[in-house]
Amino acid sequence: MDYILSILIFFPVLAALIGILVKKDSIFIYGLIVTFLEFLLSLILYSLFDVHEAQMQFIEEYVLIPSYGISYLVGIDGISLFLVIMTTFMSFISLLALNEKKDLKQLILTVLFLEMTMVGVFLALDAIVFYLFWELSLVPMLFIIGVWGGKLRIYACIKFFLYTFLGSMIMLVAMLYLGYIYYATTGIWSFSLLDWNLLLLPFDMQLWLFVAFFAGFAVKVPMFPFHTWLPYAHGQAPTIGSVLLAAVLLKMGTYGFIRFSLPLFPDASVYFMIPMAILALIAIIYTAMLAYAQEDMKQVIAYSSVSHMGVIILGTFALNVEGIGGSIFLMISHGLVSGALFMLVGMLYDRRHTKMISEFGGLASVMPKFALVFALMLMASVGLPLTIGFVGEFLSLLGFFKVSPLIASFAGITIILGAVYMLVMYKSIFFGKLDNKKNEKLIDINKKEVLALLPLCILVVLLGVFPKIILTPVNTSVNELVTVMEIKAVKEKTKNTLRLINVVGGK
Amino acid sequence: MNSNIPSVVINFAELNFASLFPMIIVILGALSILCIDLFTKKSDKSLYVILSVLFLLMALGAVIGFSGPVRGMFDLMLIDGISVLAQIIILISSSFFVLLYLNKMHFHETQYPEYFALYLFAVAGFMFMVSTDSLILIFVGLETSSMALYTMIAMHNRHNAIESAIKYFTMGALATAFFAFASMIFYALTGSVELSIISDVLVESGFENYAFVIVGVIFMTGALGFKLSLVPFHAWVADVYQGSSAALAGFISIVPKVAGFVVALRFFEIFVAARDPYVEAILYVIVVLTMTIPNILALLQKDLARMLAYSSISSAGFVMSAVLIGTTQATQAMFLYWILFLVVNLGVFTLLWAMRNKDYENYESDYSYNRYAGLVRSSKYTAIVMALFMLSLAGIPPLAIFWGKMYLIGSAINSGMIYLAVIMVLNSAIAVYYYLRPIVVMFLLEPKGEIPKALSNSSKALRFVLGTCAIFTLISVFLIEPLLNIILFYVQSSGF
Repeated sequence: MDYILSILIFFPVLAALIGILVKKDSIFIYGLIVTFLEFLLSLILYSLFDVHEAQMQFIEEYVLIPSYGISYLVGIDGISLFLVIMTTFMSFISLLALNEKKDLKQLILTVLFLEMTMVGVFLALDAIVFYLFWELSLVPMLFIIGVWGGKLRIYACIKFFLYTFLGSMIMLVAMLYLGYIYYATTGIWSFSLLDWNLLLLPFDMQLWLFVAFFAGFAVKVPMFPFHTWLPYAHGQAPTIGSVLLAAVLLKMGTYGFIRFSLPLFPDASVYFMIPMAILALIAIIYTAMLAYAQEDMKQVIAYSSVSHMGVIILGTFALNVEGIGGSIFLMISHGLVSGALFMLVGMLYDRRHTKMISEFGGLASVMPKFALVFALMLMASVGLPLTIGFVGEFLSLLGFFKVSPLIASFAGITIILGAVYMLVMYKSIFFGKLDNKKNEKLIDINKKEVLALLPLCILVVLLGVFPKIILTPVNTSVNELVTVMEIKAVKEKTKNTLRLINVVGGK
Repeated sequence: MNSNIPSVVINFAELNFASLFPMIIVILGALSILCIDLFTKKSDKSLYVILSVLFLLMALGAVIGFSGPVRGMFDLMLIDGISVLAQIIILISSSFFVLLYLNKMHFHETQYPEYFALYLFAVAGFMFMVSTDSLILIFVGLETSSMALYTMIAMHNRHNAIESAIKYFTMGALATAFFAFASMIFYALTGSVELSIISDVLVESGFENYAFVIVGVIFMTGALGFKLSLVPFHAWVADVYQGSSAALAGFISIVPKVAGFVVALRFFEIFVAARDPYVEAILYVIVVLTMTIPNILALLQKDLARMLAYSSISSAGFVMSAVLIGTTQATQAMFLYWILFLVVNLGVFTLLWAMRNKDYENYESDYSYNRYAGLVRSSKYTAIVMALFMLSLAGIPPLAIFWGKMYLIGSAINSGMIYLAVIMVLNSAIAVYYYLRPIVVMFLLEPKGEIPKALSNSSKALRFVLGTCAIFTLISVFLIEPLLNIILFYVQSSGF
């Protein structure tokens, strides 16, 4: 299975190309089978993956433009492994829950195309190839929002595209510059991340390169103040678009920070540790307050996503094994949970064609099973212990506690805000009197929906109780990452800080 | 008395006649088209189209096979690597563009065989422009091709075609005057009209009479700027694109500029190599303005052809930055970018041409966005191919133009011009908005009124061109390396 990564990347798009020949009324089954096979492939990859190995595995390299050092280079390590599995899993689940009538065939082919770009981003190790998948992922999302979206869909999809494109173009400049630096130091052109990791960069250069990469990643995450595209995109996107956007596309940004910014610019990362944490903190508090004020339940979850992404950033920039490992775990758990929440809202929308909280009330009496699943996901979202949400949040905050107890405790307290807006929303939708007549005849979730939600529920509890399945391989690679950062740091102060925040138990 | 003048002995071999062969073939082609028209009645346009392609391909063979000395015809001709490369690009793109006249519908201009003769004359003019460093011969080439183009635009015989031809002509005449004036100044300063000698004399004298040099540079910039549609000499572009047929507009957007870039490269090289601060400042300002202003204007357009006009001005600005950077990699990037731009633009204009029909009066203008609303409902594949070209123009990887952009930005970075690179990047980001608009219109909007009938002007030849461009765009990632190597071979051999 030497080529498993390439198969994993290109299988969906090849299937989509052949899928053009499948007739409209059978395409749904076809899409399901393809995404399921893709998910199986990722599981096979997991079974072949050596969890005790910190380095890149299954590396493949083919030369594309040798005179400029660009080659197709893919590989996987503990950091990207579960993101890939989460991507293939969520693609499958979101298709399973799909309830779209308009141009179904085009939608499914677009989703398959999107899946290729998402998997590609997490596996690419050549900066230009990474950039290629990164930008390419915008195109299917543009169509998903633009064709199948709500009333303001055109505004939303263009805003989404322009924001992310501008940010990533600036990142491209930094990538080209790094390629040039590599050429200037070694005499060989290379855009391979593995080669770049050997570069020692002077501090000033690290600073501006960090900022340029930040432009690309921060828009995607999205971090405050670059988050304004997200509520529109989520608000207008169809359910499957929201699910994939929240579950996978946002994670590309945080993944980018871990894959590029941290190992390439260790000094700058330490230098920007507190500013990044403050931005993250603003995102956590500010968007939590915004979420509380929303009347549309999809917007509530959209803003809560921004808030949770803030916690992920906080964990990443704790720059120790607990923080980074926790943030990666949180990426997975947020992917599953927010995906599930968007799916639940979508199911409600399919029945009532409205997402306004005020239209609902007392649903628990007509839709008990739905209310139960919603409650479970909500608890996971606010980070109840023994659910999947708790582990990542706890570890991220624990990691940052070593850096700054003040910021960490502040962030910890504000997580209560998350509980407030989620519970208030839950209360007004499911409890109280069933006073809207239109809601009286709502049907509880059907078998197909149960089929889509059940695996998510199981995972939410299972990984909450036993997170080690994910944490062990993640931590192996993160350990390596932190060591690389310490070795590569050019300033003594950085080395000391890194050592200090990585000491276990304060010894 | 007469015996005092030494008799002129010309050795035929020294003339290096082979340097003229490609142009001669093209001109002969034009003349033979005229002759055929004299002796036959009502031959179909397809005969002339294919004859043109034939002569262009023969000329291409002569260019590729050329292996004589670089100089010829009393040092007038200069067939260096750049010249060969530019001629190859000109000939290949011209043969593709002339194929577009194998369209289904009948238009006024193609009823006249003269049209194709003029086409070949224009091509020959451009070939002369790139194969010399004598300002006089450049002037002759420039005028030959421009005169032919003015006429060809007017022959479209529509209201706005004649308007745009006159506009083009008037502005072109001004540019010609600029060129003559600049040549005069350089002749006065250096006693020569050959760029290589001008360069030597200027450098040796340490740019004496600097004020005059700058005046000459400014006039030359005006003349070349007009041909290359650089800001502020760009006002004609949108009207000309809108007024001429899509096939000709595509030709104008690519081929004259190849010639213009080569002349600009040869001319500005004198000053960029000497690191002349004022000329570099002038170039810098022009490049930045040319990238930025049309980008903003393009945002406001409601007509696809006008949008493409402004986008091509902006691209000219991008490519012009290669002249400013002045490294071998930049020159390489310049040709790479233009070749990729050529392919995509050929595709876009072929598509516009194939969609041409006679119901333009129903809309505000010929290529109004409204015409394409909901195109995906009536013709899925047309819309998808158009989207492909638009995304490529926007610089989405891995579609053709992205690689040109990347390489160009890379070459700016490698020579330490980070700010220029950032300006280029910001402009690319602005450009995405107007490239997305056709996609939004075609895919996301409902058709206005009647569903547009796509490809009413299409034929096998057009579909062939379209398919070639689309496939090239899709698999461009594998073609960049060979292209770079070919370009590098020619560019290095002429020392740029």
